[in-house]
Amino acid sequence: MPLIKSLLVLVLLIGGLYGEPKFPSLSNSRIVDEASLFDSSQKSILEQKLAAYEHNSSNQIVIVTLKSLDGYDISDYGYQLGRHWGIGQAKKNNGVLFIIAPNEHKVRIEVGYGLEGALNDATANTIIQKDILPFFKTGNYYEGASKGIDSIIKVTKGEYTSEPNKAKKEDSIFEFLMPLLFLFIMISNIFLKKGTTRKSKIIPALVSSGIAGVISWVMFMVIPISIIIAVIVFLIVLFGNISQSGYGSRSGGDLGGFGSMGGGFGGFSGGGGSFGGGGASGSW
Amino acid sequence: MKIIGIIVGLLLLIAAIVILPRVNNVPKLDEEVKTYAAQLDNQYKRRADLVSNLVATVKGYASHEKDVLTQVTEARAKVGQMTLTPEVLNNPEAFKAYENAQDSLSGALSRLMVVVENYPELKANENFLNLQAQLEGTENRIAVARKDYIEAVKQYNLELRTIPGKWVAAILYPDAEVKQNFSVSPADQAVPKVTF
Repeated sequence: MPLIKSLLVLVLLIGGLYGEPKFPSLSNSRIVDEASLFDSSQKSILEQKLAAYEHNSSNQIVIVTLKSLDGYDISDYGYQLGRHWGIGQAKKNNGVLFIIAPNEHKVRIEVGYGLEGALNDATANTIIQKDILPFFKTGNYYEGASKGIDSIIKVTKGEYTSEPNKAKKEDSIFEFLMPLLFLFIMISNIFLKKGTTRKSKIIPALVSSGIAGVISWVMFMVIPISIIIAVIVFLIVLFGNISQSGYGSRSGGDLGGFGSMGGGFGGFSGGGGSFGGGGASGSW
Repeated sequence: MKIIGIIVGLLLLIAAIVILPRVNNVPKLDEEVKTYAAQLDNQYKRRADLVSNLVATVKGYASHEKDVLTQVTEARAKVGQMTLTPEVLNNPEAFKAYENAQDSLSGALSRLMVVVENYPELKANENFLNLQAQLEGTENRIAVARKDYIEAVKQYNLELRTIPGKWVAAILYPDAEVKQNFSVSPADQAVPKVTF
């Protein structure tokens, strides 16, 4: 237990060192309305508009309203939030973050690397000054956000097109992982044939799980994944009875479970795009 | 005997687990630093490109603000001769000179933007407003690129100076040197904030 505690403290410390602001969670939606500026029907209209746009162009636009910037400059906050959520597709970096901080009277259009050409700083500034701020000044946040979104869509349209098999990429890590696991189990199977008692299985179990751990570490460079693989292989070799046919079908079921977890229809998550501080801010 | 063999094997395994994934860290991080340096240099270049347009526009309305305009033009000329090459990253003096030149342009530009506040006609000029928005965006991008660079150099230097990366580097990459990083920018702190 002390080990777990100190690990937790370490994680917190590392988190603290990076000095990131506290970010709201994306929670499956393109409209993150922390400051409650929109009612539910307005939210769903905006959400549908943005979802349809992403479907056609693969560009991801997210609207976020904040109760507070916690003393951060809105541009400093914006690019970090964009990176944190990974708005935009990974290779294209085609995300746009529309940030509204009503209490600080600040608004920002944060533009991902890939859209900086189409939606450059001057254009973003014009959109803020001409389409958004006139409405925000009168407290009409929905109208301003809606007009702003329309203009952003207009200038970024045609910059990218969506690829039909895009959704499949997300669970590719599991597709990759599973055959690998079976490979390790097959390796351990070779060791298994020599011993039959549980005691005599410990060494082969250690060896094969060690090999599995090292190989998976070298492949993924992700410690938790390799530890999980090593532990699974160890347990299977120690307790499993692979020579009997029951096991294969059971783990086949598990595989299906993983696949459906990665799919996630209808929800929304960032595609892994990055931001470099492009865009414009305004205040009213 | 068997137990000793197992223990030695386990130790070797642990050593392999610790070292193997780190074998490529030094060149990988080195490339990362170079990429971020190039990005930062691009943003600085972009700012320098904006400056000549900006000076030309401001001159049309505020030609007698000679001091500030000359300062900006001179700082711009100095910056124009410098590039953040990989050699500069390893050379403390050259790096410092680059940093100073960019910081003095930042300072001159922020003074110019303060002076400009006195010319309402200029502030109503569409062209100027565009340039101002671009300059603001570029300054912001510079800040981001600078932070990214600082972080990348920190990672690289940490790898070179801590165990086990230090051992790996000593054996495989004896030429690897600690890279130069930015000091906390005095220009960032000195930007005058004027509100009316």
